[in-house]
Amino acid sequence: MAIYYTEEHEWIDVEGDTATLGITKHAAEALGEVVFVELQEAGETYDKDDEIGVVESVKAASELYAPLAMEIIEANTALEETPRAVNEDPEGNAWFYKIKISDPAELESLLDINAYKALIA
Amino acid sequence: MTEPRKTPLYDLHVEMGGKMVDFAGWMMPVNYGDGVAAEHKQCREKAALFDVSHMGQVSLHGENIAQKLETLCPSSFTTLPAGKARYTFFTNPEGGIMDDLIVSAAEDHFFLVVNASMRLQDVAHLRSLELEVREIDRSLIAIQGPSAEAVVAAHAPMVTSLKFMETASFDLMGHECRISRLGYTGEDGFEISLPNAQAIEITRAFLAHPELAPAGLGARDSLRLEAGLCLYGNDIDNSTSPVEANLTWAMQKKRREQGGFPGAGRILRELANGPGRRLVGIKPEGRAPARRGVEVADMAGNIIGSITSGGFGPSFEGPVSMGYVATACAAPGTGVNLLIRGKNHPATIIKLPFVAQNYKR
Repeated sequence: MAIYYTEEHEWIDVEGDTATLGITKHAAEALGEVVFVELQEAGETYDKDDEIGVVESVKAASELYAPLAMEIIEANTALEETPRAVNEDPEGNAWFYKIKISDPAELESLLDINAYKALIA
Repeated sequence: MTEPRKTPLYDLHVEMGGKMVDFAGWMMPVNYGDGVAAEHKQCREKAALFDVSHMGQVSLHGENIAQKLETLCPSSFTTLPAGKARYTFFTNPEGGIMDDLIVSAAEDHFFLVVNASMRLQDVAHLRSLELEVREIDRSLIAIQGPSAEAVVAAHAPMVTSLKFMETASFDLMGHECRISRLGYTGEDGFEISLPNAQAIEITRAFLAHPELAPAGLGARDSLRLEAGLCLYGNDIDNSTSPVEANLTWAMQKKRREQGGFPGAGRILRELANGPGRRLVGIKPEGRAPARRGVEVADMAGNIIGSITSGGFGPSFEGPVSMGYVATACAAPGTGVNLLIRGKNHPATIIKLPFVAQNYKR
């Protein structure tokens, strides 16, 4: 299916009304070595722009925001044990959440790959 | 705002892949390609090179320099022999700290290194003394780590005779340079004051040594934090006293007994009665770093202080913080809670440093 991006440097890989969510390689590189990840729990629901987690590197803390209204189906709690994975495979194994999308129409407000590439160029 | 200034090593930083940021009005590398943690470990295990040319270098000339400087700082300089350096601070009339600095006694003058952000204030402050105050436009590099002696001695063999907090003038590749055995990482190491015109050439020659690699401000901060060393503007400032900050080791006995420095009233009173709060090491029990501004609570939920510096310690392999807490809660081993993003995170007061200092005494 389609992969969307946000201006907050998250990616959302959509399949039907569910999706996998993480941070981009660009974001992981800008953060530097990730030393701490804090995730929310499965079952929680959020509105667009709600804080849904924290990623901290040796340099700084940065928040993760809901790209659209969503429910968490599964959190990748392995990241809390091995935060370094976020640097190693940010757009693959180091996904943050499997989510259920509350309103698929909100996907239209997100960026496609070309728009995201232009953003970080 | 004026454009940030560039140190004489700027082009070398860019060539080496330095990620340049504006720090205290200077374009400085926060890290290079290997990243903060790798540079931090490089310093603890081998040797790292830091450009600290943004710091203010000042020399004092005239009569009775030591006595005059003692009117601004609570340390003894009349007893400081030529060739020795001493950590000290300027105190304000309220007993707070205006800046911290290193004072070195040379044969016929004193040499001072002050924080970049406080340079203008400090030079003006020193000019209140009846002394000639010269701002020195030279580069300053720090070579720090267990291999630092081998790296520096490859070009200046006589530095092996220096011990911790000793300083002298050396010939380095045909140029007169002041080399001091001290630093801001907790490791053995040297700071070298170089002529600007030769700064890149000399730095490149050091970097040819296989044990040495460049490190940026990011590693400098995590190294000093693990070593329990204060950062001016974070852990100490105009409101914190040297007693609160546990820096009274820098106040020699005679000065503690006799006073005669700005803010002596508060500082001597706190020495006698104990301060209301103390700067302590705080070790979070979990993995979440507790950064500057995080509140500290006792087990009953009362706010007893806050974090002044905090982050992740790559050698400590966990989060490390420093902060002020009420004296009643300052004993090592005391359990506290850190309020991070609205949640309690358990932590323990520890005796600084987090990583043992490794100086050559």
